[in-house]
Amino acid sequence: MTDIQDYPFPAPAALEPPAEWAELRERCPVARVRLASGDEALLLTRYDDVKELLSDPRFTHHLVAEDAASLTANESGGVFASGDGASVRGEAHREWRKLIGKAFTARRVSALQPGIEATARRLVDEMVERGAPADLVSALGFPLPVWVICELLGVPDSDRDRFAYWSDTLLSLTRYSQEEIDAAQAEFAAYMREHVAARRATPGDDLISELITLVGALDGRVTEEVVLMTAKGLLVAGHETTANMIGKMVAMLLADRSRWERIVADPALVRTAVEECLRHDANFGFGIPRYISEDVEIGGTTLAKGSTVVCSLSAANRDESAFEDAAGMDLTRSPNPHLIFGAGPYACLGQSLARTELQTVLKVLVERLPTLALAVPAADLRRREGLLVGGLERVPVTW
Amino acid sequence: MNITVDADKCCGAGQCVLLAPDVFDQNEDDGIVVLLDATPPEALRAAVREAAEVCPAAAITVEERP
Repeated sequence: MTDIQDYPFPAPAALEPPAEWAELRERCPVARVRLASGDEALLLTRYDDVKELLSDPRFTHHLVAEDAASLTANESGGVFASGDGASVRGEAHREWRKLIGKAFTARRVSALQPGIEATARRLVDEMVERGAPADLVSALGFPLPVWVICELLGVPDSDRDRFAYWSDTLLSLTRYSQEEIDAAQAEFAAYMREHVAARRATPGDDLISELITLVGALDGRVTEEVVLMTAKGLLVAGHETTANMIGKMVAMLLADRSRWERIVADPALVRTAVEECLRHDANFGFGIPRYISEDVEIGGTTLAKGSTVVCSLSAANRDESAFEDAAGMDLTRSPNPHLIFGAGPYACLGQSLARTELQTVLKVLVERLPTLALAVPAADLRRREGLLVGGLERVPVTW
Repeated sequence: MNITVDADKCCGAGQCVLLAPDVFDQNEDDGIVVLLDATPPEALRAAVREAAEVCPAAAITVEERP
């Protein structure tokens, strides 16, 4: 624990993990790191440690305390530093989570599946019409999750490009200036306020309308700001992460084409293959922060009150002590208790939706384009840089 | 096999319902787990074990017994 490394680590090839993960898991499971802001934090890389801290209800990702580290290069410190939702913890968090959880039950998500599949098929057809080679990220990866979120929120599909930009700025690590971020946030808030007002006047069959009804019924317990915060959260969590994952999943499976061929030969593997792609993803992004509000012991080390800890979900998912042949891909791995959606009371509540989107995309692609292949060597794929969420700039494909 | 669920721990991720819809459901009001069948037939048990293993909140306990 002597030298402090800069975090995030310099990125190796787009689909490869940084060498630091294995070294730290082995030698320094609680590592001091320097963030883009210049602030210091602690980095966890072992499966058991990450799982234990994420599962502890006392600690949240809200970095609003005076001594919390700032994660990003811009002044406001990014999406985790905003006061959004910081007051929503304990019992209030449970209430809010129930409201949102209602919208994301597996049954509700399953009801969305036919629409997701039809949209995926349409997007793939359009990509095929335009001809090979195509960029899978812009043709399918980004438009599909935006369609889903716009559907959930009840906003028109035609606004999806604006949503994509707002989402990018919210997740900026170094890519956008504070002025650009502020302007985008103001636009997004104004757009959502207008949308909330419109839905209040004319309720629809969407999540916002439902939230408005619930907010009304719970008067005082959940404020209108919570509706806005929720819409923002859905956009960030529901769009960007899944959009990036679609591109990464296809790239991982095509980088060694025997993986792709195996799923084409046996489409029943789609479900476990998606889980393994989620586990194997070496380019998840920053990780999940926790503010340590009281001393806690993790893996034999005391994390001091006032520390900011970054949980590297992807480093944990490559931990050999938790997964056999963690560095390899086993498309049949089961069970696959990876941590990509977090763990414990604050685990990702949209994970059923994310899984359904990813499974649907993979199913549609192996059925419709069994000859799909990367149009460039995997080594030429480039990471999207400067954002909290990892992804690939482009995934050029042919078929 | 005997299954118990801890509704207080449940975070409503819905993994169990996706894996074993005949055994688990979610309350329509809050997304919290509802156990439909505490002693499922053999054919469903592998999916139940997997659901317990991957539950992000460790809210499912499976007791194996002959």
